[in-house]
Amino acid sequence: MTDATTSSLVTATGLEPALEPASSSRAQNRKARKNAAKDPKRKITWDRVWAQRALLAMSVPLLLYQILFKYVPVYGWAIAFQHYKPGRGSIFDQQWVGLNNFRNLFTGVNGERFRRVVVNTMGQSVLTLIVGTLGAIVLALLLNEVKNLPLKRILQNITYMPHFLSWVIVASLASVALSLPSSGGFINQGLMSLHLVDHPVLFLTQPNYFWGIVAGTSLWKELGWNTILYLAAITAIDPGLYEAAEVDGAGRYRKMFSITLPSIRPTIVVLLIINSGWILSTNFELPYFLGNGLVSDRSETIDVFVLRYGYQLGNYSLAVVAGIFKTIVAVILVGSANLAAKRLNQETLV
Amino acid sequence: MSRTTVAKPLARRASRGGSRRRKWTVEHIIFTTLNTTFLLALAALMIYPLLNTLAISLDDGNDAVRGGIGIWPRVFSLQNYDVVFNMTTIYQAFFMSVLKTVVVVATNLFFTSMLAYALSRKEFIFRRPITLIFVLTMYFDAGLIPNYLLIKDLGMLNSFQAYWVPTIISAFNLIILRTYMKSIPEEIIESARTDGAGEFRMWWQIVMPLCKPTLAVVGLFVAVGSWNSWLDTLLYNSSDPSLSTLQYELQKLLTSSMNAGMNSVAATGSAHSGGQVTTPIALRSAITMVAAVPILFVYPFLQKHFVSGLMIGSVKG
Repeated sequence: MTDATTSSLVTATGLEPALEPASSSRAQNRKARKNAAKDPKRKITWDRVWAQRALLAMSVPLLLYQILFKYVPVYGWAIAFQHYKPGRGSIFDQQWVGLNNFRNLFTGVNGERFRRVVVNTMGQSVLTLIVGTLGAIVLALLLNEVKNLPLKRILQNITYMPHFLSWVIVASLASVALSLPSSGGFINQGLMSLHLVDHPVLFLTQPNYFWGIVAGTSLWKELGWNTILYLAAITAIDPGLYEAAEVDGAGRYRKMFSITLPSIRPTIVVLLIINSGWILSTNFELPYFLGNGLVSDRSETIDVFVLRYGYQLGNYSLAVVAGIFKTIVAVILVGSANLAAKRLNQETLV
Repeated sequence: MSRTTVAKPLARRASRGGSRRRKWTVEHIIFTTLNTTFLLALAALMIYPLLNTLAISLDDGNDAVRGGIGIWPRVFSLQNYDVVFNMTTIYQAFFMSVLKTVVVVATNLFFTSMLAYALSRKEFIFRRPITLIFVLTMYFDAGLIPNYLLIKDLGMLNSFQAYWVPTIISAFNLIILRTYMKSIPEEIIESARTDGAGEFRMWWQIVMPLCKPTLAVVGLFVAVGSWNSWLDTLLYNSSDPSLSTLQYELQKLLTSSMNAGMNSVAATGSAHSGGQVTTPIALRSAITMVAAVPILFVYPFLQKHFVSGLMIGSVKG
């Protein structure tokens, strides 16, 4: 099973032509690279560099540009070791304080708050990822059963729609939906007309609801969009399998659980692994806009901490320490996700 | 497993015989009805908040405060839109958003596709290290404040450049385009080369026209990202009102209404403009619609290309 996962994810989506170069197995790639090293034609000589000057002209300026905007900012990490005050001038005019900021953030006065921030970030991401994945798989299975193609297309287009709205708009819609009925809160309206609650629930003031609200709102926004890859994987399943199962007397549910789900399992695994690398990098706007003083123990995430406490309140040094922490953990997580995918002989990320 | 393999040829033969017969059993009818009902309800849930906002935005401002509007305005009025487009800030922000999106999409597609072409050429000796440096930028981020300091040190604070200069290449889109370009048959490139085309002409005249569907999807992704962003305005250009964007203005309204009190979104108060008056909830709804509608008109036309774009992006990206 695992040997075939890469190719099955690729073939599973019926995109072999577009993906052919990427889909060659890793072993082949490695062999090709080894041969290339021996191949005299592959040797880097001045003649070859000169012959490719046009390709170099197309890529090297953009490479330098990318290095300037993505890697050069690392000089700002120096602030993490300083007592930075914007008024004092550039980073050369600042007072150096060694590891004080790190101590302050991880164990000192801000330690408790920062630990809570990290827990919130992970909690919101993991809940969002689990709910989102399960929802997308179920929706893809149900959409797949719709045999009326125009109807299916309409349903798909409507469920994709929220993906294109900005998080600002989504947060705004969510804040209205979750408010009191008198402010247009139709969720409370619905719950009350179904007699599930007697009094409107003040969702956004209850700390215990916050992670769920983030996961639910993200689900609303990305549910349809996340089905795209699963639907593509489902359509590529050999129809012969279903016909054979029918001959054997399998019903609709049997086919779903014994053919469809096992066939898209590689897609599910790869997407889960890839997404788990981003656990510290998601969730910025929802906790930023929907969070408030009453729920901040559950709402504040690393990015919100950096923007609110760091940038807006002028605590640059602590914000940079938090940012460095996030970047390093993210690189480690993505790296291990990559390794895990490699273990499964998947197409790797890098 | 072995059972299905044995049965396969049989089933194939059967299906080749007649068109696939659908059995209209009771179970089938019940399932289809339940499934369709569920999916329609889900679609309604997806679209209701937006229809609700549309209805409020088309309602008379003072009436909207009373709440209880569904998907149809109670007292129809275009007054809110009148107010929105007469507010200089919103009017300017709308055009700034459009300008920003157009410039970002144009520069992005131009530079990303040029680089993607160079990196898709198998004979290019530095293609591996260069690709790696770009791919790593997807995972490595120096952080909000270091990025801010760079823009500040480059003297780009409070300038239009801060919107497009830092983002002319997106590694994710680069990989999508490069992977697609790699799949273009070598013969096409070779025959153009024998006709004497140089690399730049090859990219612009041969490869680019072949990439149109992928360019359309990448362009849409870039446009959505640029149109929907507000953090760049907050960080780099918030002290120059003429550089404000629609999402940033909407974000300000949202933050102020959240701060005003958890459930006083529809609280009293009014927005003035040129003698006309409306209420915050109606105003916010109208601005939300102005910010949402342009993108919502584009994406259905590109729907069929999403799969390939996403596929390449997630496998290689």
